[in-house]
Amino acid sequence: MHPAPSVIIFTTFSGLGFGLLCWLGLGYPDVTGMTALAFFAIAYAMAVGGLVASTFHLGNRKNAIYAFSQWRTSWLSREGIMAVVTLLTFAPYALSLIFAETVIPLLGYVGAMFALITVLTTSMIYTQLKTIPRWNMPLNPVLFLLYALAGGALMAGEAKVAGILILLLTLLQIAAWMMGDGRLSAIGTDKGTATGLGSIGNVRMLESAHTARNYILDEMVHIVGRKHTHKLRIIAAILIGAFPALLLLLTPAGHVTSFVALASHILGVIVGRWLFFAEAEHVVGMYYSRG
Amino acid sequence: MTALPAHTDKKLGLVIDLDTCVGCHGCVTSCKGWNTENYGVPLSDMDAYGADPSGTFLNRVFSYEVQPEGKAAQTVHFPKSCLHCDDAPCVTVCPTGASYKRTEDGIVLVNEDRCIGCGLCAWACPYGARELDQAAGVMKKCTLCVDRIYNENLEEVDRVPACVRTCPAGARHFGDFADPDSNVSRLVAERGGMDLMPEQGTKPVNKYLPPRPKDTMEAANIPDLKPVTTEASGFLGWLDKALEKL
Repeated sequence: MHPAPSVIIFTTFSGLGFGLLCWLGLGYPDVTGMTALAFFAIAYAMAVGGLVASTFHLGNRKNAIYAFSQWRTSWLSREGIMAVVTLLTFAPYALSLIFAETVIPLLGYVGAMFALITVLTTSMIYTQLKTIPRWNMPLNPVLFLLYALAGGALMAGEAKVAGILILLLTLLQIAAWMMGDGRLSAIGTDKGTATGLGSIGNVRMLESAHTARNYILDEMVHIVGRKHTHKLRIIAAILIGAFPALLLLLTPAGHVTSFVALASHILGVIVGRWLFFAEAEHVVGMYYSRG
Repeated sequence: MTALPAHTDKKLGLVIDLDTCVGCHGCVTSCKGWNTENYGVPLSDMDAYGADPSGTFLNRVFSYEVQPEGKAAQTVHFPKSCLHCDDAPCVTVCPTGASYKRTEDGIVLVNEDRCIGCGLCAWACPYGARELDQAAGVMKKCTLCVDRIYNENLEEVDRVPACVRTCPAGARHFGDFADPDSNVSRLVAERGGMDLMPEQGTKPVNKYLPPRPKDTMEAANIPDLKPVTTEASGFLGWLDKALEKL
């Protein structure tokens, strides 16, 4: 799949933003006044910024309001609704913390739950697609939730919790990469089933339907990034990953270590999300000479 | 709501005969011609006269080579367009309700007045049947020429999809798969009509007829030709002998 910057920014930063909101809703860190304002400003900026970025790849933004209408069937619609509901739920909670220095615990807990549901709906936009076997596995939503919780804990200053979550996240991410490698061949889709000609013999492309590139190739048969997959996975695992976890768990907690760990983590998540798209094989590739 | 109908009264669709298709791309051209000036926004081309032309098409013809074991390779021309699936994944993923499957005839359509051009339906389609128009930013797909098949301003013979009407080989057939006696249902029964990527669970309405089995030189059991004479006679015989003596 085409690793468009808009969707990488969207999934990375809205995930982190909703992750931080989740921890703030649970009362971590326990802040009020101007400190609370700073935390909520960062969380809202990331969550809203990510959502705004996701609209950049829309071809026809003027109809965007309709995207809230199909919650009964569409994960993308559910995601839009849950994002707005979560942001609205946190507004009175944040305002009360900042200006009245008063905690409304129930609102915080409900908001935290909504934030996690929002991340879950984001993950399901990708997980639901049977056409992209690498995404279509139960581990995918678990990873999205862990990314949000781990990154959120890191930003909330919960260094030790973040260290453990990040360690767990890194191991599961490595497992997901390895499991993902076998998904396409496991579902059994090949040129034979795509053309229905497999029962006659071995099928290969003789001539494509179009000599020029087209939307399908640009969007779904992206193969440029796959060459360096192995190296990028190692880089992502260290940045997401191994380096921040060691830093957080083995050194005394402090602003500098947290900041360095966060910078490394965010950079790693961006690399990982780039891989998430670039590595994902769409079955439509079977109609072409490339996978 | 972009829920799929539990049942459609008709199941309109195409049968594509891979044995008969000659790969002329006539259906591609007539499809683009009809659909660029009828239902919805035009099918745009980008950089049409430049170095890197591309464009939106609802139907494209691929060509494949199939190599049976121990036999001669076969060329198969393979037209591909929306299969109007019974369990269309492109419909349910749509966040706006722009994508829908009609209860009356099962045709899958896009309401361009609601489409936001997010492209998720194209991601959900295993067949690459949907293309986002790069000029209008909305999703385009085969409408089964919904503006021809019910159009009483056209001659009756023209009330079929443009690709079917134009096919010079008679490789494309249009009809109702819900009726077991329809032309398309009979063709599917007689010729072993098949689904593309059945493992994806989309339950396509359109069916493909596989190429008929080819005979082979061995199977035809033709005896080797035997020479009827070993020696030439007449002028050639004299020439043969004369050259032998040299």
